[in-house]
Amino acid sequence: MFRIGRRSRIFFVCALLIAPWIIQVIPTISHYLDVLVFAGIYTLITIGLSLLMGYAGQISLGHAAFFGIGAYISGILTVQYEWNPWFCMLVGVVVTVLVAFLIGTPALKLKGHYLAMATLAFGIVVFIFFNEEVAVTGGPDGMGGIPGLSIWGYSFDTELKYYYLVWGIVAAVFLFSVNLVHSRLGRALRAIHTSEIGANAMGVNVSVYKIQIFVYSAALASIAGSLYAHYINFISPGTFDLSFSVKLLIMIVIGGMYSIWGAILGAVLISFLSFEWLEMFKEYEILVFGLILLFVTIFLPDGIISLPKKLRGIMGKSKKPSGQKRD
Amino acid sequence: MTVGSIYAMIAVGFNIIYNVTEIINLAQGEFVVLGGLVMVFIRVTLSIPTILAFPLTLLIVFMVGVLFDRLAIRPIKQPSVMTLIIATIAASMILKGSAMFIWGKDPYDLPAFSGRTPINFLGAFIQPQALWIMGLLVVIVLALTLFFERNIMGKAMKACADNPDAAKLVGINVNHMILLSFALSAAIGAVAGIGMTPLALMEYDRGAMLAVKGFAAVILGGLGSFPGAILGGLVLGLIESLGAGYISSGYKDAFALIILLLLLFVKPSGLLGNATVAKLKKF
Repeated sequence: MFRIGRRSRIFFVCALLIAPWIIQVIPTISHYLDVLVFAGIYTLITIGLSLLMGYAGQISLGHAAFFGIGAYISGILTVQYEWNPWFCMLVGVVVTVLVAFLIGTPALKLKGHYLAMATLAFGIVVFIFFNEEVAVTGGPDGMGGIPGLSIWGYSFDTELKYYYLVWGIVAAVFLFSVNLVHSRLGRALRAIHTSEIGANAMGVNVSVYKIQIFVYSAALASIAGSLYAHYINFISPGTFDLSFSVKLLIMIVIGGMYSIWGAILGAVLISFLSFEWLEMFKEYEILVFGLILLFVTIFLPDGIISLPKKLRGIMGKSKKPSGQKRD
Repeated sequence: MTVGSIYAMIAVGFNIIYNVTEIINLAQGEFVVLGGLVMVFIRVTLSIPTILAFPLTLLIVFMVGVLFDRLAIRPIKQPSVMTLIIATIAASMILKGSAMFIWGKDPYDLPAFSGRTPINFLGAFIQPQALWIMGLLVVIVLALTLFFERNIMGKAMKACADNPDAAKLVGINVNHMILLSFALSAAIGAVAGIGMTPLALMEYDRGAMLAVKGFAAVILGGLGSFPGAILGGLVLGLIESLGAGYISSGYKDAFALIILLLLLFVKPSGLLGNATVAKLKKF
């Protein structure tokens, strides 16, 4: 695990607060704020996934489904029933938690490839459901007219306001998750990752912890989905397909799945890559992402976040004379 | 039956790789797509007759399978289930992206092997291509049985599947066998692709769905079992067409997946699989 101290945390928060002002001053990159809002929404999901995959070692290829459930519940309840958006978000979380619990309980008994396939199949089934239940979800055409968010008359109607809202939630989730990692649950998860049998023998209730973290990550994805729906005011099934689950996977693999910082880095990096820097490739970005993913898997299995440490390792080695064979 | 035979072929491809390496190759569907599209290119664009185009396509996809192992699987230094899954996903994205790059997003048609006039078979009209597909499945089964039972290479592959360390000790080059398993299952995937294209067209993004359904067939029959894969594929094809006919055609794709989920939750070892064997496997 890569510990990052209090100083860099403060630096990170300051950077978050200042970033929009710098971005808005420079006209050529002023639309980066929009990208950063999406990056924040994705970060919510990747933090949960990082706990699930990096810490607990359980793969999921179906988180787009939870993201979608959150988004659709917010969309349907606010558009068709005109409920309060915040309450809808809560309903979304509750429903997602239930679904995640029902799916996770049997699924997390499976291991490795079986689990990957089960979550993948679950994701596709939910995707088909969004497409086919036209009366409820609007089908492939999607549904529009989802209202924005406001609280006590203060509405988050500009990119800047939404940016602070999203990243504020990210910061809260981040703090909570970091505490989680250093709690009993976090230690149990790492034990599970190292050896399930070992953890079990030490009295860790493996299946309960695995389900808890699965449900937690699903709930985060659901919140992200609601935030997404209220931000762009329009949702269609295409956003929540398998390729989005894969994109989430790319985010945390490239950033570094063994650290929450890696999850944030990956989400921001991939957002910029797919919205901005790889725009010219259009649909062929899948080819580029595939190559990047393969490259990182082979050469940097701990993700970009491990790069400084690795470089330091190489530098450190070159300083010491290689003649001493101490290890 | 036709659809089922295609699933069975994909399932056999999964099993070959799984048996030797214990990897579930998530890019298996991409081989099917590639088979169909390469065949279209050789048969339609270059207008080479089917009898030549068929082996040529198999050879090309076979080579893709070789590259797949060399470039995506072997370079991984610390193979864990998760990195291997990610590597096959990365490779499938690369294959899919390349297919989109070369062939674009349009679906392609391929002339059927022997015309499209339906044949009256015991009162039911069926496409001759459907017979071809079933025939190809039978050929694959026979060829693989011969290969694994009679051929020294096939026996060596079986040995790797049983115990890679012991296989290494008796002088089998395990790496070659892994390479061969990827190439072989790529070629079988290509056969499935070539077979189905005249009936169902082929486009670049079919791979994921085909792979998942093929995997459902694998699980239905029991992971690692060849007779299971065939049976699983055929049963799955049957369930799917019945479901589409009697319940809802929009949810056609969902049936296979829901069956897959139920099976995984209730009896992951499959119909013909053995629970104790499954527990002994590494992953």
